[in-house]
Amino acid sequence: MSPLSRREFVAIGTAAGAGLVIGFYLPHGAGSKADFFSPNAYLRITPGNKVTIVVARSEMGQGVRTALPMILAEELEADWKQIEIEQAGASTLFGDQTTGGSASIHTCWDPMRKAGAAAREMLISAAALTWSVPRSACTAENGRIKHANSSRSASYGELAGKAATLPIPTDPPLKQSKDYKIVGQRLRRLDSPAKVKGEAVFGIDVRIPGMKLAVLSRCPTIGGKVSAFDDKESKKIPGVSYVGKVGESAVAVVADSVWAAMEGRRVLNVTWDDGPNKNLNTAAVTASLRQAASRKAASMYLAGDPAKASGRRISAEYELPFMAHAPMEPGNCTAHYQGSKCELWAPTQVPQDCRDAVAQAVGLDPDQVKVNVTLMGGGFGRRLEHDYAVEAALVSKAINAPVKVLWTREDDMRFSTYRPASFHQLSATLDGSGFPIALTHRIVAPSISGQKGYPTPGNVDPDMPDQVGPVYGIPNHSIEYVMTETPVPLGWMRSVYALQAAFALESFIDELAVAAAKDPLQYRLHLLAKDQDLQIFATTWHTARMRGALQLAAEKAGYDKPLPAGRYRGVACFSCFSSYMAEVVEISMENDQPRVHRVVAVVDCGQVVNPSILEQQIQGGIVYALANALRAKITIKNGGVVESNFDDYAPLRMEETPAVEVYAVPSAEAPTGIGEPSVPPLAPALCNAIYAATKKRIRSLPILSS
Amino acid sequence: MAHLTLRVNGSEKKVDVFPETPLLWVLRDTLELTGTKFGCGAGLCGACTVHVDGNPIRSCSTPVSQVAGKSVTTIEGLSASEGLPAGALHILQAAWIAEEVPQCGYCQTGQIMSAAALLNKNPHPTDEQITQAMNGNLCRCGTYERIRKAIHWAADAGSNARREIAESGHPPDERQNGGAR
Repeated sequence: MSPLSRREFVAIGTAAGAGLVIGFYLPHGAGSKADFFSPNAYLRITPGNKVTIVVARSEMGQGVRTALPMILAEELEADWKQIEIEQAGASTLFGDQTTGGSASIHTCWDPMRKAGAAAREMLISAAALTWSVPRSACTAENGRIKHANSSRSASYGELAGKAATLPIPTDPPLKQSKDYKIVGQRLRRLDSPAKVKGEAVFGIDVRIPGMKLAVLSRCPTIGGKVSAFDDKESKKIPGVSYVGKVGESAVAVVADSVWAAMEGRRVLNVTWDDGPNKNLNTAAVTASLRQAASRKAASMYLAGDPAKASGRRISAEYELPFMAHAPMEPGNCTAHYQGSKCELWAPTQVPQDCRDAVAQAVGLDPDQVKVNVTLMGGGFGRRLEHDYAVEAALVSKAINAPVKVLWTREDDMRFSTYRPASFHQLSATLDGSGFPIALTHRIVAPSISGQKGYPTPGNVDPDMPDQVGPVYGIPNHSIEYVMTETPVPLGWMRSVYALQAAFALESFIDELAVAAAKDPLQYRLHLLAKDQDLQIFATTWHTARMRGALQLAAEKAGYDKPLPAGRYRGVACFSCFSSYMAEVVEISMENDQPRVHRVVAVVDCGQVVNPSILEQQIQGGIVYALANALRAKITIKNGGVVESNFDDYAPLRMEETPAVEVYAVPSAEAPTGIGEPSVPPLAPALCNAIYAATKKRIRSLPILSS
Repeated sequence: MAHLTLRVNGSEKKVDVFPETPLLWVLRDTLELTGTKFGCGAGLCGACTVHVDGNPIRSCSTPVSQVAGKSVTTIEGLSASEGLPAGALHILQAAWIAEEVPQCGYCQTGQIMSAAALLNKNPHPTDEQITQAMNGNLCRCGTYERIRKAIHWAADAGSNARREIAESGHPPDERQNGGAR
């Protein structure tokens, strides 16, 4: 780990009395008085002893507004009760602010620790200089610097002015995990009180003076366009002030209220040019994936030579449908275009992408677009898209007034970006004891990045290397990818390709265990018995960590104890987003349908920052995954999406929710992903339990339609 | 357009809206009470739950004309509706904080309104009764287990705890999470 260079790590706000501000990049206009108030730093301490930590990731429920400050506060030796939080907007000061890939804690761990540690060291120096005592005699504790010999102490605020004049330590000492007081504690989330009182401001709650409300009528056929529209009836609705095209494929209805805009849209008459996809349907998509399986594949991982292995051969095919994120808060964004600038209030996982896309859409430079990041009513990857922001900015420009564009639930379901459908071919060669000496997993799916025009070097989707295995160190092992294309809009949905890959692989491993007449848990533990480092592109997986998580899950689930009559278990494990996850699912069958009673979930994600938030993320991931597994399916018919609301695309309800027991493997390794890794093992573990109950193997999701 | 008089959170409000406007949009757009959320617009998710004369209803599917002259309580008026001082935490709001229920938090005001209606009718519900009362409220973050715990937490809170919460503005054991296993 390289120490921060002076260039990257610059103190600002050194003017007397301005307090201590620490950031990582030289801010624009450093040295001006305005620096102190600018959100271009992670930490701000005022002479009045206000300690503000800036969060440069977006809060969508995963707890970053609590967990990231905990990391900085730990090194700062701050008084946690004193911490105030500030949300960063799109900025050039924080590097990539994308909130996704379960990466916020993983990537901010070092920067946040160093920011806190450097400040702590400077405050200690400030106290030592002020009191003319050795630095070594001063300690930082609970928001104060103390001098033990003289019982003197000072708050961070009292020392802020002096500290701000001192040089920045380039490589401040970091605490050892055994000394942590904040990291690792079940501290309450800072955002809960506002959320339970109804005071929290989500994107949909933003209100600015003079704001109009807009809904859009979008072409129901993928890739279709507006041919013509007649707004006569719409304009008869009191409150409707504007009707006009947005881009090529939508017409906006703008009004004084949401309801008037919706009514205006209801009576709007649009003639659509259906375009090239009007005959597209799900059966054609499925058939094209199967056809593409015989194409030349890109190799993502290769050990040995699976073709040369000889022994008993087993193969199977699996397929998964398109799925929709369906966050509770429908898409929305508020924009105010004012000629030479545009301001956004966006519930977004990608503030910088929104800034850049809006700038391009309305003809401004990126630095003329200001993005305020609001709370999000769920993200799950849907808000990695900038579509809402661009729509809002275009409508605001068209009407020359601030506007909030709101999507309805039907809009969200039909005009989303979907988890790619996929097709999987697996084959294995078993040795005389029934264990695979060779395994090939061929993944056939469209590429999200490819569709969006991002690079796909070597014909591999750039998201896959961290999400497709290998889990096991099988001596002859190939993971291959056939990249296909589809007109259906694609997006990154919670756990992205790991859900598909884990369903196929961990169902197949179960099939092999059955073929070998071995217990599925012991079969997996045997495959993980040897410590191996498995490298796929830049990612290295350790079989020892996977084995540890699986063993702990088996122990906590009481795997060695018999189940009551009518109860069945399934197990699965998978590694993705740099973490290791094992799940044991316990079910019964009722009217030929599975009822999940209990899930034991074990993660190895390194150091746990906040165990309560970790439990939330894993419980929530499993509830999300269970809905995906049971019935999540987006159907394409006549070129459009059939599903429209929570009746035909039904999330899990309380009555179906199992007890989820969450455990983390104790670890002092740097923290890794937690938002997504619990999702992939759930479907295969459940299907493996269904096999145990019924001897019926499910090779196609969702379960309830296969 | 119609001139209607509503009683919202104890005060009379005069509004000038289409009579068929769903109550949800009158609350959010006209009265600026944005704690009540839009989730589906079809009575399928419960994010828009408010009380009308004490009963939980889906405000997204209730025309405002139907509630004229009736008493509407939203999340903003929940604690006051039970006689607590303005700004005090309702016992369920305290329970939600103590059990660390909210993740994104978007559906939670609707969840709390449904739970409050349940406890008003049945102060000590069983697990099954909780499921029955809460099954219409969706949560994509998957907070159901903690919602169940929080409802039990509120049902079990004694009068001392209730007084302490009302006075302090937060649930006890501020630093310690109540959701620990």
